[in-house]
Amino acid sequence: MSMDFGGLRAVDRLDLMIHRGEIVALIGPNGAGKTTFFNCITGLYTPTEGDIHIHPPGGGSKRINGLKPNRVTELGLARTFQNIRLFQQMTVLENVMIGRHCRLRSGIAGAVFRPPHTVSEERQAAMDSYRILEKIGLESFVNDLAKNLPYGAQRRLEIARALATEPFLLLLDEPAAGMNPHETHELDQLILRLRETENVSILLIEHDMKLVMSLSDRIYVMDYGRKIAEGAPGRIKNDPVVIKAYLGEEYVA
Amino acid sequence: MTPLIEIRKSVLVSIWFMFLTFPIMVIRVNTVENVVEWRWHNMIAIGAGSFLLSFVWRYMIRRKEQGIRRQREGAGPRLSIFQRIGQERRIFLPALTLLAVAVVVFPFLVSMYQVNIMTTAFMYIMLGLGLNIVVGVAGLLDLGYVAFYAVGAYTYALLNHHFGLNFWVCLPIGAALGAGFGILLGFPVLRLRGDYLAIVTLGFGEIIRLVLENWNEFSFGPSGISNIPRPGLFGVAFSLEAHARYIYFIVVALAVFTIFMVNRLQNSRIGRAWLALREDEIACQAMGVDKTRTKLTAFALGATWAGLAGVIFAAKTTFINPASFTIWESINILCIVVLGGMGSITGVVLGALVLVLLPEYLRAFAEYRILTFGVVLVLMMVFRPGGIVSNVRRTYQFEGPDSGDK
Ligand SMILES: Nc1ncnc2c1ncn2[C@@H]1O[C@H](COP(=O)(O)OP(=O)(O)OP(=O)(O)O)[C@@H](O)[C@H]1O
Ligand SMILES: [Mg+2]
Repeated sequence: MSMDFGGLRAVDRLDLMIHRGEIVALIGPNGAGKTTFFNCITGLYTPTEGDIHIHPPGGGSKRINGLKPNRVTELGLARTFQNIRLFQQMTVLENVMIGRHCRLRSGIAGAVFRPPHTVSEERQAAMDSYRILEKIGLESFVNDLAKNLPYGAQRRLEIARALATEPFLLLLDEPAAGMNPHETHELDQLILRLRETENVSILLIEHDMKLVMSLSDRIYVMDYGRKIAEGAPGRIKNDPVVIKAYLGEEYVA
Repeated sequence: MTPLIEIRKSVLVSIWFMFLTFPIMVIRVNTVENVVEWRWHNMIAIGAGSFLLSFVWRYMIRRKEQGIRRQREGAGPRLSIFQRIGQERRIFLPALTLLAVAVVVFPFLVSMYQVNIMTTAFMYIMLGLGLNIVVGVAGLLDLGYVAFYAVGAYTYALLNHHFGLNFWVCLPIGAALGAGFGILLGFPVLRLRGDYLAIVTLGFGEIIRLVLENWNEFSFGPSGISNIPRPGLFGVAFSLEAHARYIYFIVVALAVFTIFMVNRLQNSRIGRAWLALREDEIACQAMGVDKTRTKLTAFALGATWAGLAGVIFAAKTTFINPASFTIWESINILCIVVLGGMGSITGVVLGALVLVLLPEYLRAFAEYRILTFGVVLVLMMVFRPGGIVSNVRRTYQFEGPDSGDK
């Protein structure tokens, strides 16, 4: 798949595959095109070339390029953002309830007349959201405004919000950025736990190599929009091409 | 900071102001007698005035900072008196009953002039609440809101003129046409945000007004439409005074209806999506909210109330022309929303009352109306950026790990 911005090719014929239940990391130097790749998959950009196919757990396969972001999310892909994009003036619970939005049905008539099924749907949504917050460990913040959360908690809230959409693939854009070692360790545990309990595959962009090496089943490395290596963590760590991309020419003996 | 330092700073400010205004306020050249007049008393007035203002200003800023600090320390935001009343059921219900009684007996105690003013105030409550959906909740800055008001008014006027349809038939038609035009405007501006949206909606408002002004065959141009009948009640003949009361009660009922509807809409799945759209459009989409649909419902449901209010306006004044639907009207309604408190229903109701009643009862200062408006808005932005009553989010209570409930 490729993506151009004017004359700049931000993603250059990258192909990437994620199997069910895998944790895959996408790494690369700053400006390599990782976030752009995410934006293409989730429908914020339409890729210039190439195809994106998904195979939802229900069976079948679907090509999703050019779909609107909300459609992509409905199909089971959910993401977090590198620069946190929470709904600042809404409470933590409401943030997660927005994640539930696409799984709920009530419309204008439901809002006005409040028939029993709308009431129970709303109640269920609040409950489900609360359960998710419990899983992520944010239940003590339920009624706080999102903007008042500590930084690490905001990052986790983004994950909670994404989980609320019932994804089968979770895309995390630098979830550990700005976290201290303790928080990072907790995040590590959280991601592993999510894979077990929620049945999600995870694609992860991350600069924290320790986290990447301990978590991922496979790693893709990009530089200047191109894939330069792929494989198990052990192999990537010692790959001269990767070391060169990260540290520059002169370090390669 | 001790008061002494504050006073010293204020003294400096006042000296600076005296110096700045010296040439225009103190010196006057009398060209008839060719002498220079020194008006020292002006200087004293300016010095004292600026000292006082500066001191009050500093005091207010300090109070605000203390408030913020308290909030940081975990004391939670201080609720305003209205919010506290709303939360205490014991106070809330009697207060509401009292208010209802006051609203009902009001028109029988005062002159017709007062009743008419109150009717206008309640109409603006409807307009404010409608615009509040678009601007306050969904965060779409709409400066052409008055266009939907015009649509409502002309719906009644024209349908009555040509087909003799009565007020009660036109009321829902006006609302529906308002919503229709809301969607019509919504489509082209789906991709716009912020300033761009404001400019385009402003243009849309002007277009509607200009069409009404120039399309003589359709709308009777600038001379407008007169002799629009007041709302009837099974053919009962009303005196002028009784009619004013009748319209008053219709408007009160519709305003209450509006409050009820808007409240339900805001506390629903759609209301949440509107808020999320205001907070972050991209994240909102990425979380599975259909942006197009959400924006269009906001425009449509916002415009509905303007359509309704328009029909009432035509029926109340019995005469309409395009001059009633200028951009100033939009700005006025926007001020109600901003001043009252974006997204807060109580706030908008209060905002409407303040902005309609104050100018009415302070006719003596009519010339300074816009000036006062500006000053008040600036002060509000500094000291209460959330408006008179800022919006509080609903809280949920969950008990225990397994038996959660709200
Ligand atoms: N909307 C855009 N328009 C034009 N150029 C863009 C746009 N978005 C990204 N780019 C460019 O595409 C390249 C890749 O950017 P991208 O954000 O994907 O990098 P990244 O790998 O996520 O980097 P980082 O590790 O810093 O997050 C950069 O050169 C960037 O300047
Ligand atoms: Mg990035």
